[in-house]
Amino acid sequence: MGHMQDLSRRAFIFGSAAMAGGIAFGSYCGAEAAAPAAGDNPLTAGLGPNSVTFNPWVEISPDKITLIAQHADIGQGVGSVQPIMIAEEMDLDPGQFEIRFAEPSPAYFNTGFADEFAPFVAADQSPAAEEARAKTLEWLRESGLQMTGGSSTIPDTYQKLRVAGAIARETLKAAAAKRSGVAMADLRTQSGHVILPNGSKIAYVALAAEASKIPPVLDAQPRDPSKWRMLGKPMMRLDIRSKVMGELKFGIDQKTEGMLYASVKLNPNKGQPLKSYDASKARSMPGVRNILEIKNGVAVIATNSWYAMKAVDAIACEWAPSVYPAEQADHWKVLESSFKPEFLGKEWRKIGDIDAGLKTGKLVEAEYRAPYVGHQPLEPLNGIGLVTDKGMEIWVGHQSPRFVQWVAATAIGLKPEQITFHNQWTGGSFGHRLEYENVRVLAEIANQMKGTPIKLVFSREEDFLQDIPRQIAIARHRGSVDKSKIVAADLQLASTTPLKGLLERSGTPSKDPDGQLAAGLWNVYYDIPNFRATSYEAQGLSPSTTWRSVGASTSGFFTESFINELIHAAGLDPMKARIAMCTVPHYRKVLETVAEMSDWKGPLGNGRGRGVAFVESFGTPTAEVVEVTATDRGIRIDKVWVAADVGKVVDPVNFESQVQGGVVWGLGHAINCELTYAKGAVQQTNYNHHEAMRIYQCPVIEVRGLENDPKVRGIGEPPVPPAAPALANAIFAATGKRIREMPFNKFIDFV
Amino acid sequence: MIELTVNGIKRQVDVVPEMPLLWVLRDELGITSAKYGCGVAQCGACTVHIDGKAVRSCQSHIGEVAGKSVVTLEGLDNKDHHPVLQAWIEHQVPQCGYCQTGQIMQAISLLTKIPKPTDEQINQVMSGNLCRCGTYPRIRAAIHAAAAKKMAEK
Repeated sequence: MGHMQDLSRRAFIFGSAAMAGGIAFGSYCGAEAAAPAAGDNPLTAGLGPNSVTFNPWVEISPDKITLIAQHADIGQGVGSVQPIMIAEEMDLDPGQFEIRFAEPSPAYFNTGFADEFAPFVAADQSPAAEEARAKTLEWLRESGLQMTGGSSTIPDTYQKLRVAGAIARETLKAAAAKRSGVAMADLRTQSGHVILPNGSKIAYVALAAEASKIPPVLDAQPRDPSKWRMLGKPMMRLDIRSKVMGELKFGIDQKTEGMLYASVKLNPNKGQPLKSYDASKARSMPGVRNILEIKNGVAVIATNSWYAMKAVDAIACEWAPSVYPAEQADHWKVLESSFKPEFLGKEWRKIGDIDAGLKTGKLVEAEYRAPYVGHQPLEPLNGIGLVTDKGMEIWVGHQSPRFVQWVAATAIGLKPEQITFHNQWTGGSFGHRLEYENVRVLAEIANQMKGTPIKLVFSREEDFLQDIPRQIAIARHRGSVDKSKIVAADLQLASTTPLKGLLERSGTPSKDPDGQLAAGLWNVYYDIPNFRATSYEAQGLSPSTTWRSVGASTSGFFTESFINELIHAAGLDPMKARIAMCTVPHYRKVLETVAEMSDWKGPLGNGRGRGVAFVESFGTPTAEVVEVTATDRGIRIDKVWVAADVGKVVDPVNFESQVQGGVVWGLGHAINCELTYAKGAVQQTNYNHHEAMRIYQCPVIEVRGLENDPKVRGIGEPPVPPAAPALANAIFAATGKRIREMPFNKFIDFV
Repeated sequence: MIELTVNGIKRQVDVVPEMPLLWVLRDELGITSAKYGCGVAQCGACTVHIDGKAVRSCQSHIGEVAGKSVVTLEGLDNKDHHPVLQAWIEHQVPQCGYCQTGQIMQAISLLTKIPKPTDEQINQVMSGNLCRCGTYPRIRAAIHAAAAKKMAEK
């Protein structure tokens, strides 16, 4: 997420956009009803008799305890670790509570974005930086930004969910004290019960009615981590068993009474309308019930998904042409010509005298490229929608519940509060489910089929064609080395803007420079006396959006490849030089740890090579070493070592899974993935054209989590950015060949 | 009407014979463990067993499955104590979990043919099953663990 350079101005822009749009960030305009605010508890409205809710995360009825997972579960374990953070404090055991995903409400605003939005690098813990973060937090509270992203699952909820659980526990004890006449101090809790000194127990559910009549104990404090039963220890994710048993229902598995199935063909020239269509063939195909024209395409309504997909495939459409260049080569040309003052995003950081620095010693210049890439989680975009005279109900897995309301409402002329949203377990996202292609067309289709529930499933091909890709970028880096030291680094990139694009499509446009283009570019923690980091924002290209690790997924590759080139030019060891140059002590420790894990001793020889890369993204410093062998069948990745400092490892098994998955994601896409445009449409439409990593290429990945950072940090995205540069640096060490463009398989073969 | 056996139960469906088994299972019979991922046999999320063999149900026309016996993950024998499912749980393989039912059906087929596969044999058989979350290290570990469990049972 972005860096807010001018806090008040940005808040103003967001605020006014919110007013103009009528929703978003919490400001419903109009005087008739009081707008919901972050302080309100949305659970109160739906509470049954003799039930209690202490805060937006805990609900207890006489039958059951329900814990709210605030974020969306996109495979990262939200549906497990968030309820467990509450359960830890409430002395609940797995199996004693149900889990529900949060409804749209400003109460679920994401505090975790405060650090990423404030205009200071993560390692800066100065009073000024902390003050800016505190102000950003207040802005987030006012705006009610409810979003899953930016590796914020743990940073957002680590404190608030444990406090929520502690309040519930202490209030239940207070209710038990009132009933039993025993002092609260003599009560304890265990396994969903309050335990009296005589050993008798009162179940929490039996205290719900009484607890609802007393004020909640708001000053309850979460326990010291040394007292944790579950957190911080290897624990079983709550969703593992039902996923293995095939019992968990993803959004695409849901069904409702009387439902019909829809499939769509949309203009592959993204964002452009349909001109005309011929559905004569499709009309008589099996199972077809209806053919609908929607804004940017056509939909077939049928008795099952496959009939709908086959029929929509048979419709001939004429499309309005793209507003971005039709051919990929022209996208690159636009980027090449974007390094000009009129396209300046921002000069993010300037240290020393860059011009003088570049004239000192040996000059090193290099250009790097990163292509558009798709998200393509294995569960394609889908959703169920039902429009009635009252409004719309929508069942869809999404990372931004309140924006779903706004997008669906805007598409069919309703008010956001008329949209009832039910979040779903999702088969991955990687940023895909922050966008709205399925939401908008589902609203349009369901509106034309009023009264009938419609299940929309995108074909994989349609999903590829409509996938708003990761940003495309070119970096032109210059630097100099003198007397075995890096004297200057002038890092410049031109890119499309992922976050700006997403905000605009969410109804909250921003005029500020895209902060994600600074990620991995300005937060460089090496002692380089002359340093400058500048972004240029290319205009008129494909819409782009957030892709696992966002800006750092491209800048991390550029920066850490270039640092490696400078280190090589200075005749230094890539690991030792990084450790020596690292200016933040506990970040240095991350590098030292990965050096120790990999037993780094310099060049390996015999066609083997190791590369290291270090990137801080979303506040989490992460170092990786990749080891490769150049075989006669191509490059083989043998092993990867990862060290990352998250302040506190809350869920160790899942932590390791997230790191391994991030490395696989980073390596796989760097090796063989790109999306290219021809005639305005993406050319890759299934996994055979955009494969990423399969098991045969997957190395052993050794992981260590460190806990030295003063803050609790996320891990979903930070392992991605160092993977590609560490691999490129390893290939250079093994072969002498420097690869400066992704995907790497355009330049070298892989086993 | 086309007749087939799914998880030991005879079922009849009234669809065109070209319809893939995957969509018959999901939309006509309400059996959802077989997932739609790619529709072109590139991801393996739809893997089921037909007459004991792992196949991509997105490529199996229902007309050709007529009369055959289909087993989906829901219908595995000894499901609660199945060594492969147990290993998958113990190793906490899933992240999003969407591909895992297909991975498991493929792994069961692998272990039936090769009781103690090497990493190379795992690569050969499992590379058709895509996992976007990158659970491969745990899939590999779970297959080895399941092989050991099956050996111990014998």
